[in-house]
Amino acid sequence: MDRRRFLLNASGSVAGGLLLPRIGFASAADGLPAGTLAQSALDALPGKRPLMRRTFRPPNFETPVELFSEAYTPNDAFYVRWHSAVPEVTLADWRLRVAGPGVQRPREFSHDELRRKFRMTDVAAVNQCSGNRRGLFSPHVPGVQWGYGAMGNAVWSGVRLKDVLEDAGLAAGALEVVADGADAPALTGPDFVKSLPMWKALDPDTLIAFEMNGVPLPSWNGAPARIVAPGWTATYWVKAVTELTVSDKPFDGFWMKTAYRVPKGMFGASGFESQDTEQNSPITAIKVNSLIVSPAPGATLPLGRRAELMGIAWDGGSGIRKVEVSLDGGANWREARFGRDLGRYAWRQWHFDFKPQAAGPVSIAVRAAARDGSTQVDQLIHNPAGYHHNVVQRVDYHVA
Amino acid sequence: MWRSSVAVLAMSLAAMAAQADESTIRLAQGDGVERVQAACAICHSLDYIVMNSPFQDRAGWEKTVTKMVKVMGAPIAPEDAAAIVDYLEKHYGKPGAATAAR
Repeated sequence: MDRRRFLLNASGSVAGGLLLPRIGFASAADGLPAGTLAQSALDALPGKRPLMRRTFRPPNFETPVELFSEAYTPNDAFYVRWHSAVPEVTLADWRLRVAGPGVQRPREFSHDELRRKFRMTDVAAVNQCSGNRRGLFSPHVPGVQWGYGAMGNAVWSGVRLKDVLEDAGLAAGALEVVADGADAPALTGPDFVKSLPMWKALDPDTLIAFEMNGVPLPSWNGAPARIVAPGWTATYWVKAVTELTVSDKPFDGFWMKTAYRVPKGMFGASGFESQDTEQNSPITAIKVNSLIVSPAPGATLPLGRRAELMGIAWDGGSGIRKVEVSLDGGANWREARFGRDLGRYAWRQWHFDFKPQAAGPVSIAVRAAARDGSTQVDQLIHNPAGYHHNVVQRVDYHVA
Repeated sequence: MWRSSVAVLAMSLAAMAAQADESTIRLAQGDGVERVQAACAICHSLDYIVMNSPFQDRAGWEKTVTKMVKVMGAPIAPEDAAAIVDYLEKHYGKPGAATAAR
């Protein structure tokens, strides 16, 4: 394919035999790189419904925005993101090892032992990839070029990480809990391993989860067990977790020390001091954000009759205080009506009804404010890895 | 180094066969395309390249290839790396930025 053909493809023809997606995608499509658009297509992984494919291998698939209309994202619609091949681990063979200098009594648990010994608990929480909306960065930055759909909301069930750590007995000097999964890099690259500070590991809402939405985790989403770190971006939610090492010094693996970093102070305190450096901090808590789910961008709204907007808003766990909608490009804002409260780590559904009074184009904006006082930004806070895109969304519709 | 990676490559091709759909990915034809396919597809599908275009200039693609070699362990000899960067810049580089850094 030469450049001319390539650009032609990007503008709307067929690339590599794959039809370009058109439905429910216009707002994300506006900002994604041409190359991303040229090859994106709805494609179903085994056990999943068609999701927006970004890459085949490792599999990176995002949830189409229209599927966020449900309070909880169905497991077969939940986005998929891996750094290397998806490991196949059978429940019977799976073990969780707990060890390290910060542990008094190293432990090894089977699935049955964990469930027998510790109380199962639930938490409703948004799981959002650190790089969600990276594809909308201007200028673009390299990485998986996600639109709006590298996220989902689910009820996660499992045992408390705290209970398991306390069973092993924490030693003085325990600093971080290092979580490793069964996945392994293709060659000699760094294994995907992440750490949590003790306060987050000991939070009663932080789980070793076996289930999402009441059934076992799909392999695509981390079976047999994954870390659930509510309020923090999904990089910490280590999938197919097999090993917990309680360390007495900052873990310095590539995916902590080098990747998943934001410039120091750009987004406030990280809450993860042992990983802060002079230059940067690990990305940690999710920033307040919101999204219009329906109608789809570009839809026609009925002149003089009731139009109904629906969407979601979420943050890193303080909870959503209010959601506002503007029908005039941001000059005036009116409050949206909340749906049911599913918990402070879950997203909050919102609704907004109005009667369009003038025919023609209308740009609708939505913004959320969190209980911790944080608000969405009007201008992108650009950063090298493409994290924390929470720019106020503006969607174009047509009134007729 | 390239020869020693043949076994690894064969293994990964076997893994690729299990996900045959990625064979639908068509990279632009041109000098170096075979080297790009052989080196990059060891670890990941080639849609990573198309997805990350056309917004990286030569320096951007150089940084990516260097990361793949130095951090991810891609078995790419220096002369192959240069040819790969040439190809990526030419076919998947930022429009207007081509050759500026040469």
